[in-house]
Amino acid sequence: MIPIIFIMPFVQTLILVYAATLELKNTNITIVDLDHSVISQTLCSKFEASPFFNVNFESGYDDDTEYLLLTEKTKAVLIIPENFENDLKSGIKTQLQLNINAIDGQGAGLISIYVNQTILSQLSNVKPFANKTNLQVMPAKINANSRFWYNETLNFKHFMLPGILTILVSMIGIFLTSLNLVREKEMGTIEQINVTPIKKWQFIAGKLIPFWIIGLLVLGIGIGIGIVLFDLPFRGSLLTMFVFTCLYLITSIALGLLISDFASTQQQAMFTIFFFFLIFVLMGGIFTSVESMPEWAQNINKINPMYYFMKIIRSVLLKGATVFDLINEFFALLGYGILALVVAVWQYRKVN
Amino acid sequence: MSEENIIEVKNLVKKFGNFTANDNLNFSVRKSEIFGFLGANGAGKTTAIKILCGLLLPTSGEVNVAGFDAFKQRNMIKKNIGYMSQGFSLYEDLTVKENIEFYAGIYGVKRSVIKTRLNELVEKLHIHELKDEFVKDLPLGWKQKIAFSVAIFHKPQVVFLDEPTSGVDPITRRQFWDLIYEAVDDGITAFITTHYMDEAEYCDRISIMVDGKIDAMGTPTELKRLYNAQNMDDVFVKLARKQEII
Repeated sequence: MIPIIFIMPFVQTLILVYAATLELKNTNITIVDLDHSVISQTLCSKFEASPFFNVNFESGYDDDTEYLLLTEKTKAVLIIPENFENDLKSGIKTQLQLNINAIDGQGAGLISIYVNQTILSQLSNVKPFANKTNLQVMPAKINANSRFWYNETLNFKHFMLPGILTILVSMIGIFLTSLNLVREKEMGTIEQINVTPIKKWQFIAGKLIPFWIIGLLVLGIGIGIGIVLFDLPFRGSLLTMFVFTCLYLITSIALGLLISDFASTQQQAMFTIFFFFLIFVLMGGIFTSVESMPEWAQNINKINPMYYFMKIIRSVLLKGATVFDLINEFFALLGYGILALVVAVWQYRKVN
Repeated sequence: MSEENIIEVKNLVKKFGNFTANDNLNFSVRKSEIFGFLGANGAGKTTAIKILCGLLLPTSGEVNVAGFDAFKQRNMIKKNIGYMSQGFSLYEDLTVKENIEFYAGIYGVKRSVIKTRLNELVEKLHIHELKDEFVKDLPLGWKQKIAFSVAIFHKPQVVFLDEPTSGVDPITRRQFWDLIYEAVDDGITAFITTHYMDEAEYCDRISIMVDGKIDAMGTPTELKRLYNAQNMDDVFVKLARKQEII
């Protein structure tokens, strides 16, 4: 068991972070340049130089180009219309056309953003023609200089890693605790323990504290791997992270204890945990943004400890948030932890 | 409570809803005797043992174990008794030595005392190599002997043995009984349930429970004479049959 516990952070971070990525890299894109102007050429070379795109040029837009999209040889087709440079410099409204394969909607959205970003950064410094008749006329200066805060390079790993670490810590707390306690029931050792003068709280403390420490260690290892291998920033303080992890582990361990109160076999415990775990993980915002979930889902998240911890760990690591910035989450977790622990211990005493 | 009696039970009643598991039990167990607590499955033995061990609260009656009240001083009872069930609940993934240290620790036995007693035990049972083996790797007979040794390691006044010998061969059972005799010689009282009637003969006194009541009590010789039986097996069958006729 112990080797698995400590190999887990390595395997999970290394495999999952690389595999479960939404990041754009080497995306195949086709550019159809019908303008053949200086601006269109610089735009093309800008795309070529970008690490996000693999560019393929086509001389015209026809069925063959669409076939490229259909067969997934290319993810997107960008068409630069004739007279693009002319129109732009004359202040005439002009449009570029971008066709994206949107089967993977999220990926398509990302491509759209990246393409727009690349175009805008290039075109924002286009100088207009000198207009002798009306000096006042200037083309609308495009100024869309987006900066991606907290994750400048839009590194998806930095988004995923904290989520995976949350799963990791939760697994220690919920799975190990409840399976360990249920195992005592299965083996019959709990019967022996009950006839000894050991106090209930002593027994529970003896069960929970080791997993609490293991959880802290494993999270430490996980963050360490993130920093060394994935360049994960650690902008907040170690103490903040420690305080929140301690709190969160209490919650998840208490949930583990609670489940073990009701399960008499490891099978039952596993099944119950999976039921909650999947909901907690997916709703907690590991892959998707919680803010874009429907309101009822966001309300459910109020009782989802993983939602709080994912938010906390991302904020502390990527934004450098302090306990005061996350005071709501702090009290939510604190309340959750105390409540879960009290109910679990009370239930444990009742059952045994 | 007399000085002699280590367990004293008067008018013990235990009800679960409408079901009466223990119906007005009266018995006492003397210090340093082997008391056989017999009865068919479902007769209410386990309930009675749980009450005596401080695991269950009696509904009414007077129950005194090792000088402590089963209503109010359950934790004191737990400190003064040992318990071994048919599951002989040792931790399978701990070694013999670790199990002993763990349980002795719970009973508050001092480290130095644990060490000396452990050495004595190793000498007595000749388990110099066995003591560092995981319990899961031990044969059944050894698990039982070790479990018994763990149950009396903290030198309790009474040890409760709930069908301790089920599932082992006669030779191992005989060896197990030698351990019980030794413990009784050291002043420990043994309270034992069993389904083996030959084992009942080894007891100083026995009681036989039928349907929540104690139907017979006495030494094996007395009972055999009373029921005009050849051996304890006959006594048991006659009692059970009497119940069927009623």
